[in-house]
Amino acid sequence: MLKIENLHARVEGKEILKGLSLEVKPGEVHAIMGPNGAGKSTLGNVLSGRPGYEVTAGRVSFEGHDLLALAPEERAAAGVFLAFQYPVEIPGVNNTYFLRAALNAQRKARGENELDSMQFLKLVREKLKIMDLSPELLNRAVNEGFSGGEKKRNEIFQMALLEPKLAILDETDSGLDIDALKQVSEGVNALRSPDRSFLVITHYQRLLDYIEPDFVHVLANGCIVESGDKTLALKLEERGYAWINEREAAAGAGAA
Amino acid sequence: MSAVPFVQSIADRAPERLATLPGAGQAWLDTARREQLAAFVRDGLPGAHGHNEAWKYTALRALARKQYVQGDADAAQREVDEACLALPGVVGPRLVFANGVFRADLSRLEPLPAGVELESLAQTLAVHAEPLRFFLARDWPAQADAFVRLNAALAADGVVLRVAAGCQVVQPIHIVHVGVAAESTLAWHARQIIELGEGAALSLIEHHVASGEHAHLGTLVSDVVLRANARLDWLLLQDAAPEAVLVRRNTLRLDAGAWADVHAMELGGALVRHELDAELRGDGARLETRGVFLPRRRQHLDTHLDIRHAALHTTSHALWRGVADERGRGVFHGQIIVAPGADGTDASLRNKNLLLSPHAEIDTQPVLEIYADEVEATHGATVGQLDENALFYLASRGIPSDLARRLLTVAFCREALAGLTNQVLREHLDGLIEANLPTAGENA
Repeated sequence: MLKIENLHARVEGKEILKGLSLEVKPGEVHAIMGPNGAGKSTLGNVLSGRPGYEVTAGRVSFEGHDLLALAPEERAAAGVFLAFQYPVEIPGVNNTYFLRAALNAQRKARGENELDSMQFLKLVREKLKIMDLSPELLNRAVNEGFSGGEKKRNEIFQMALLEPKLAILDETDSGLDIDALKQVSEGVNALRSPDRSFLVITHYQRLLDYIEPDFVHVLANGCIVESGDKTLALKLEERGYAWINEREAAAGAGAA
Repeated sequence: MSAVPFVQSIADRAPERLATLPGAGQAWLDTARREQLAAFVRDGLPGAHGHNEAWKYTALRALARKQYVQGDADAAQREVDEACLALPGVVGPRLVFANGVFRADLSRLEPLPAGVELESLAQTLAVHAEPLRFFLARDWPAQADAFVRLNAALAADGVVLRVAAGCQVVQPIHIVHVGVAAESTLAWHARQIIELGEGAALSLIEHHVASGEHAHLGTLVSDVVLRANARLDWLLLQDAAPEAVLVRRNTLRLDAGAWADVHAMELGGALVRHELDAELRGDGARLETRGVFLPRRRQHLDTHLDIRHAALHTTSHALWRGVADERGRGVFHGQIIVAPGADGTDASLRNKNLLLSPHAEIDTQPVLEIYADEVEATHGATVGQLDENALFYLASRGIPSDLARRLLTVAFCREALAGLTNQVLREHLDGLIEANLPTAGENA
């Protein structure tokens, strides 16, 4: 589904990703862990096409297409979804209106019929069951006045509605208390399916107690330095990221 | 001295025009009109003899070369597209002025709520002008007041509206000024004198529209007085003809505890100036203004806000939005003066603007002068672009960038409509904003 090869990317002239490779198959859940500044969020932003993130080398194919050649809205229509670490507040744009505009824009881009407001509301009611979100929030401006937990749940609700093929969760656990974390995780788990893949970016192992990954990768200094199954996350929890840093330093010294 | 065609043509034909105006023959009114005309002819248009600070960003050179036929002799017979007069959600009394002249046949005055006196100015001048002497015989000393002088000299009609003390007018009174196409290019001048008695409440709509293509010049001067604890909701909706020239001076006076809530939309016209001059002269008076101006094509839309706090514990909040596209030019001057003794004033002024085209321009000038103590005052003005984070958020959900830009631009303007309680009307105004912004695809 997703194949990243030797990806190099710069932000504001500084190289952040330095040769990252990763393959995600349909239905798989991959966790990307790593210390602050390792490039975790950069990976999510590069994959979703955020302006200011410059790819200097490498390639990314998504279902056989060159993902990097697509505009952000084209990537969304192709099935890539980024759950933001910091969802943006948009005063004056009604949440329901926004969601319908987004869904219909994607459907139109894929050559599918657009939904009328009745069909759309029916779908919304169905998806609200997946993510316990007050219908009142749908009538407000996008994310405006939402609590931190509401913003994150709104991200997962959008994901439920847009039904992406690849969902990238960028530190969705940050700033959540344990109850909100459980709710968000339940929402994500309800959306797991054999043809939907997840890239779960997180700093803490805690989230992976609830969203169980098939693979765990450690991102450090712009590369994946270690991959394994979910036990790798536990090992990181136990030893901390210092262990990776020390090992990298040792490897560097050895090579020199 | 005045080889300026605009001024000369008025000087040449004014004496005969003055003789035919309603109320002519009353000595004080004749004198006042002649004096204001003489002052206008003497000083000419703002900027005629060098720099005029109040008109710094609004050049009148092109206007100075034009000549207009003063007044519309056929205004009573002109065919008006009635569809343009209606406003969704507005069903109360309606007064229609065609090229500045009252049209009873297009108006709807019955039934007027008890406690409301409403007349056309021409009617009042013919029978009992004296009570209006304070307003009509006023002296306008500055060249910057050129259009007000012209209006004082030549206004032939308008509105005289009084709401009795304690009277609560629920349905808005809808005053429509419709510019109607004519065989020549006309100048019309109308005057509004509005008084809300103690504790009275009024909802008022001033609405400028066009019936047919024309390039008329209109001036409208309004005096609105709120006695103690009166309450005014005032919507100013300017959707004049694309080639029209319109200059308005709205003067608001607020006594103790009075509260005015103003919403303004500047959409139409080629050259438009709107001056809102408010004085909070009674303790605890409060003024809220919100507005949006959307110049595009080659429109020049100038808003001049002048708020003076002159009593204790007065409050004013202003929030204005401008969006300029194509070769549109927006001007916003927002001035707050807190006079000596106006202690405990709470004032804020915000003006944010967006430029959608490299050829568009917006000049914004916030001015804050404080001469009192314990004052809380803030002001800020910006000219910028849309928020990149919000644009990316929308794009990441599949919304194409031109649609995303449009959504955010409409949302930006929509803040000027906050506080409007008439939902049907508000949705209509929302639609007008959308209709006056570039459609998706135009400005990708």
